[in-house]
Amino acid sequence: MDVLFDIPVVGILFQLVDYMIQVLTINGAVILALAAPIALGAYCGFMNERSGVVNIGIEGMMIASAFAGWFVASMVVQAFPDQPRADFFFGASPALILGLVAAIITGMLVSAVHAWLSITVKADQIISGTIINIVALGATGYLIIIISASSPPSAGRFTPFNPPEALTDLPFVGWIFNMFLSQGPITMAVLVIALILNVLLFRSRWGLRTRSVGEHPKAAETVGIDVIKLRYRNVILGGIFAGLAGAWFTLDFGTSFQAGMTNGRGFIALAALIFGRWLPLGAFGAALLFAAASSLSIAIRTVPPTGQLGDILTAIPDQFWSALPYLVTIIILAGAVGRSVAPAAVGKPYERESAS
Amino acid sequence: MINRLLSRSLRGQLAVTGGAILLALVVGAIVMVLTSPIITGSLDPWLWSEAYLALLQGATGIAIAFDPFSIDFTGFNGVIDTLVRATPYILGGLAVGLGFKAGLFNIGAQGQFLMGALGAVVAAIALADAPTVIAVPLALVAGLLAGAAYGFVPGWLKAFTGAHEVVVTIMLNYVALQIISWAVSGPLRAAGATFARTSDVGAATLPILAGSSGHLLHSGVIIAFAAVPVVWWVLYRSTVGFEIHTVGANPDAARYAGMRPRRLIVLTMSASGLLAGLAGGIEILGVQHYLPAAYATTVGFDAITVALLGRANPWGILFGGLLLGALRAGAPLMQIKAGVPVQMIDILQGVILFFLAADLIVRWVFRIREAKAGSVDELKTVTGSYGGSSATKG
Repeated sequence: MDVLFDIPVVGILFQLVDYMIQVLTINGAVILALAAPIALGAYCGFMNERSGVVNIGIEGMMIASAFAGWFVASMVVQAFPDQPRADFFFGASPALILGLVAAIITGMLVSAVHAWLSITVKADQIISGTIINIVALGATGYLIIIISASSPPSAGRFTPFNPPEALTDLPFVGWIFNMFLSQGPITMAVLVIALILNVLLFRSRWGLRTRSVGEHPKAAETVGIDVIKLRYRNVILGGIFAGLAGAWFTLDFGTSFQAGMTNGRGFIALAALIFGRWLPLGAFGAALLFAAASSLSIAIRTVPPTGQLGDILTAIPDQFWSALPYLVTIIILAGAVGRSVAPAAVGKPYERESAS
Repeated sequence: MINRLLSRSLRGQLAVTGGAILLALVVGAIVMVLTSPIITGSLDPWLWSEAYLALLQGATGIAIAFDPFSIDFTGFNGVIDTLVRATPYILGGLAVGLGFKAGLFNIGAQGQFLMGALGAVVAAIALADAPTVIAVPLALVAGLLAGAAYGFVPGWLKAFTGAHEVVVTIMLNYVALQIISWAVSGPLRAAGATFARTSDVGAATLPILAGSSGHLLHSGVIIAFAAVPVVWWVLYRSTVGFEIHTVGANPDAARYAGMRPRRLIVLTMSASGLLAGLAGGIEILGVQHYLPAAYATTVGFDAITVALLGRANPWGILFGGLLLGALRAGAPLMQIKAGVPVQMIDILQGVILFFLAADLIVRWVFRIREAKAGSVDELKTVTGSYGGSSATKG
């Protein structure tokens, strides 16, 4: 290895790769956890945009769900302080389960508003999403201020699974098991959902219909697909993923709610969706990449590499790493690294021809 | 008389806007009453009247009390606050509205506002020893140029690569936050400050027109009010304004008529960024007086509300900016007197927009007739495809 590192100029690249592998294998579990809300948000966007509806309200859907999940779980704990915990299933308690359900239902309800505004009212879909963001951020900010005055109890959170050491200590692949298995239930489901959605999109009747509605709704309608109904269904089902992403904040990764805690993750999710070329697995990969970039920046600050590489990396400001996912998304959108093309009918409300 | 001045569709739009504001106030009142047990400890069906009266007093200085009934004028502080708050909203609203006219949705007013603030502060620090007559205009120009440059980027990308301006500007908003954070905690950091911030803008501080400590009317207000007729003239009386309208309504027709849609997209986004950047510069030089590394502001996002409230018309935007400015100026007193958190304004703002978008509810409640077919509605025309719009062909 050292032979490679000592090559002039190019050696620094080998050092960088070596350092990145170290960082990523040690922090795999954290990276996946941080990628979870981004990926889930992107799946929500996927369900919308593949059927022809733009959704920039993912951020608002997430924050509303995060609040609802936390609030319901907290209220249940307040009413029944003695919560049994299922140690065999992520330490789940009735309060946590009810919170999770509330988060998912909230995601679906907010999505239903978006569906109504953009499909039935035919309001501009980007404005509809903007409205959802403003109302959701405002309403949760308002509620948390008046509620936190009485300091309600916390329901705790789902505890991460503890994989057997025989698996995580395996050479070379052990860290992968650790990355995917030492997780709470929501994070653990993220890759599974991506696989399922990806298969469904290309191998199921639903997938074919969704793609046709997103690309050419007129043609879809002529072969008997109910464009309006399918769009409604997909947008509302997409809310499930936004709800899960919200629940991740308050029931899986954290235990409390703060105003604006989603902090732009809904918008990064949109970026991940585009970066991943409107495919669930692609979006998952993009979310991992974005999370890895922020993990790398933390690592450089806390345990910088030694030697010349360390000098270079520590000279790059932190903020550069934080801005990197956004810059990469712009570059991808501009087509500099291969083009990412949206479903053709995205953003256009469907006008059904009168049946006369 | 008024009938001849206002066409039927414009009257319809005004009625819908008024109806949307009224319905939003009703929704706000319902939220306040429903949450009153948490705020006051018991269900208070009149919390909303207390809150709205405090809001009115904070924004205008007009104090109304019932039992016994009285109306008092408590001074100009409220009016000054409203004007000062409205200044960046008007300029930001004009920025977003200008984009709407060309069929562009500039969600990046926030980022352009921040870059304008940074540009102004950099110039102000460089001109610390210059006289005010030189420092103020130069710092403002630096701010508006920084904003214009930051608007140029998504405009150019839209025109020449087809990258959708909505996504690009959202991304650039986050990049702007990082640029500010880097610049202010690094090269611009004031020596001896307890937190990461620049030094004061000093000579470039905007001259004060009136008011007392805490409620100062800075001269940037004049710029905001002057910008309204200027933008109106450009949009409705100049050739380039006509071209912007045409590109917004139909890029293909514009191209056949010999206009250059790509150039116009770049131009409009740059001009939009210029206005947002000017707002940022004025806010820093007139109100904030320094730039903190974590500059918390939502002006650029509120500007979207203002532009939609005004239906992208400069005079409408003036009204929208004043309304939102008044709400924000009155909110602190509402929180003090009625215990209703200032975040109520965010809810009101969002709900007004909801009713503007779902105008069928407003029309149904207030029996307002449907707008004539073919009338342009900014709320329904800004979304294009991410994959590039027809404006970028050829």
